[in-house]
Amino acid sequence: MISIENVSFHYTGGPDVLKNVNLEIKDGEFVAIMGENGAGKTTLVKMFNGLLKPTEGAVLVDGVNTREKSVAQLSRDVGLIFQNPDHQLFAETVAEELAFSLRNFGFKEGTIQRRVTSLLTTLDLNRYEKSSPFVLSGGERKRVALAAVLAWDPKHVVMDEPTIGQDYLQKDHLRNFIVQITSQGKAVVIVTHDVEFVAECRPRVVLLSRGKIIADGPAAEILTNPQAVKQASLVMPQIASLMNDLKDLNPPPNIIDAYAAKGFFSGKLKAKVEARAPTQRR
Amino acid sequence: MSLRFVEGFKFTRMDSPIHRLDPRSKFILTLGFFVSSLMFTNIIVLLVIFLAQVPGIILAKSPGRWLRSLRGGLFLFVFIFVMNVIFGTPLVTSLAFAIRFLAIMSAFSFFFMTTSADDLGLALEQIHVPYSISFTFTTAVRLVPTMAVDAQTVVDAQRSRGLELDKGNFMKRIRNYIPILIPLIISAIRRSVELAEALESRAFGATEKRTAIVTLRMRVADYLVILATFVGVGLALYVYFKVPLPNLVIPIQIPRLF
Amino acid sequence: MPAIEAKKLSFTYAGAEKPSMEDINFSVEKGEFVILTGPSGCGKTTLCRCLNALIPNFYSGELTGELIVDGINVDGRSTAELATHVGFVFQNPENQLFSLSVERDVAFGLENLGVPKEEAIERVRWAMEATGILDLRNKAPYELSGGQQQRAAIAGVLAMRPSVLVLDEPTSFLDPKSAEEIVEIIAKLNHELQLTTLLVEHRLDVVSRYANRVIVMDNGKIALDGPPREVYNDQARLIGIGLPKVTMLFHLLRIDGFGVTNPITVEEAAADLRRLLAQ
Repeated sequence: MISIENVSFHYTGGPDVLKNVNLEIKDGEFVAIMGENGAGKTTLVKMFNGLLKPTEGAVLVDGVNTREKSVAQLSRDVGLIFQNPDHQLFAETVAEELAFSLRNFGFKEGTIQRRVTSLLTTLDLNRYEKSSPFVLSGGERKRVALAAVLAWDPKHVVMDEPTIGQDYLQKDHLRNFIVQITSQGKAVVIVTHDVEFVAECRPRVVLLSRGKIIADGPAAEILTNPQAVKQASLVMPQIASLMNDLKDLNPPPNIIDAYAAKGFFSGKLKAKVEARAPTQRR
Repeated sequence: MSLRFVEGFKFTRMDSPIHRLDPRSKFILTLGFFVSSLMFTNIIVLLVIFLAQVPGIILAKSPGRWLRSLRGGLFLFVFIFVMNVIFGTPLVTSLAFAIRFLAIMSAFSFFFMTTSADDLGLALEQIHVPYSISFTFTTAVRLVPTMAVDAQTVVDAQRSRGLELDKGNFMKRIRNYIPILIPLIISAIRRSVELAEALESRAFGATEKRTAIVTLRMRVADYLVILATFVGVGLALYVYFKVPLPNLVIPIQIPRLF
Repeated sequence: MPAIEAKKLSFTYAGAEKPSMEDINFSVEKGEFVILTGPSGCGKTTLCRCLNALIPNFYSGELTGELIVDGINVDGRSTAELATHVGFVFQNPENQLFSLSVERDVAFGLENLGVPKEEAIERVRWAMEATGILDLRNKAPYELSGGQQQRAAIAGVLAMRPSVLVLDEPTSFLDPKSAEEIVEIIAKLNHELQLTTLLVEHRLDVVSRYANRVIVMDNGKIALDGPPREVYNDQARLIGIGLPKVTMLFHLLRIDGFGVTNPITVEEAAADLRRLLAQ
């Protein structure tokens, strides 16, 4: 569990980036942290593995205060995947890239080989095992960066803007992949402003605006709240906008994805057809 | 240490009479201090030259930043002093050399603190330095903060993969910087490629005769500054050739080590 | 005379096994607003870079076929020459700002072209006004938000008065609100100035309402080309582009047997649903 207790943060001599943030993320939860650029989202997640320590308050990972452990120790439990894979790729081959963190954490050579092989298969990177990471396409490099962090099987996984530059199919794979990891009991936290992606995944959403949490709840509740969405510089998912436009038809609240919407409209349209049918039968 | 040193050379936008001066006149002033400092080894004169910069710093509303940059240069100050003493230079002269370093450093720091890279680029253009050079300079300056952020991100990303930069013997520590340097270099190269594409798309290099919508103009204050510099340097020359200087000696004998 | 005309255009990057873009044929009339989309690696970026000769001048490889932009055959031209005909806005706002003030940045292209000072100043003012950043003229680029930076980039390109504007995923790094604002500005410029616009985008829900035409590429070839309501069909779904969610919803309703249209905006979808439920 990751526990953020009354955390405030500012860089030396700078203004408060985070103010009195309280947040609890349980094992196996899927959370999306959203908000405008500069709201403090990335600053917040950098506290999960100790890269930044709060100026006030405490961050506890599995009960231990992050001030008491080094970044390497905390990273063992919290894997942080940065937005731009080019900021971490450096090895001669993809396999070496995946082995890097395992070596840092002191895994035995045999275990390292096994893990690397299995990861290459899971993330469909087998054909790139001996390739240089730099010749891969943007999407493939993002997968390698993801694999490099999953290599040591951290208890919790944090992704900073995983959907930027990804096309529809890649996002679909990502979504399925997150479902897979959460079903293994890992907490997954994504920092994002991709509203449609969040609408499809339907995680718990924490809205951050100017360093404060302004909303925290299921995606369907938060993303259908026009004030909260506006304050965080987001837009409502298209389906939510549609339901909002048609609220005189009394749709159930909190519909943000196409399937649920279809269910509602299908029902209504069928009801209309059936209402006409009795007169025709006579 | 190192970052405070650099801070003293960073430009900050401010409305002061010094900031409004043309970079060319400011540079002549800096050169004046530089040349005068080089002429002397006498501690009294060097102190005078050093302190003569203070009114300018105050006019530029930057005393705090200036003092902090001096603090950053403290390491080299002490280093120069100690090295000279060890190699047999009299104590007072060693101190004079250290003060000379500080005077020169502070003169250049004063220049860069009060001149924006853009204005500097413009000044270079207007003295007919080839545009490609002045542009490279301005761009490099503009990219320094960006690359600093990149560097921090790379360090953060690799630390998050268990890289510990402060552990291990000397060789291990050097090797540990490879996962930092390579992504940085690659990022820098990617960035350069993107910048180059954008430059081409804005017709960079289309004509030899580039125009500029902003031009620097020398004003009365600038000419006064240049005049003052010439007077100052003239005075220094006079003192150098004509005025016998009192020699301060501290009668402590440091045993010669070498 | 079309604004853009491509005939059998193909390009293979140096050292690549197969072409990134093959047998591309299309033409765009003046004033059209075209969305270019497709899965990653489909060749849309390659196609864009041919329009202002970054391919083959900047990226080496084998380019065959014919490409005529604004009446000029691109073959043998330099990117600098084409800058006054084709304006290019890139994905990352950070890497297309060159100066330490917005005004000087917008003037950058004009300065490079040797435009006289008075004219340059006026064109810069006009471009900044058209993109709504006149009040930011003295700020440094790093002081601006991503959205403002992209507006400055558009202004800088606009000042050179091209007749074609190409934008390569300009909203990638922007938050949803800034993305909408930028697309609105692009649409306004397209409409008011009859500026032929080619916009590469994944976020079809945001841009579809402004486009009169969508070109979908897949595996280096043009797979679909037509008005959005026609292009957003089953084939598009199979190719795997991110159609607007309302379009997806109506696709599901169609499978259930309801006679629905193919909306691309929330307003259209709402109107069609009301129509069906009122009968």
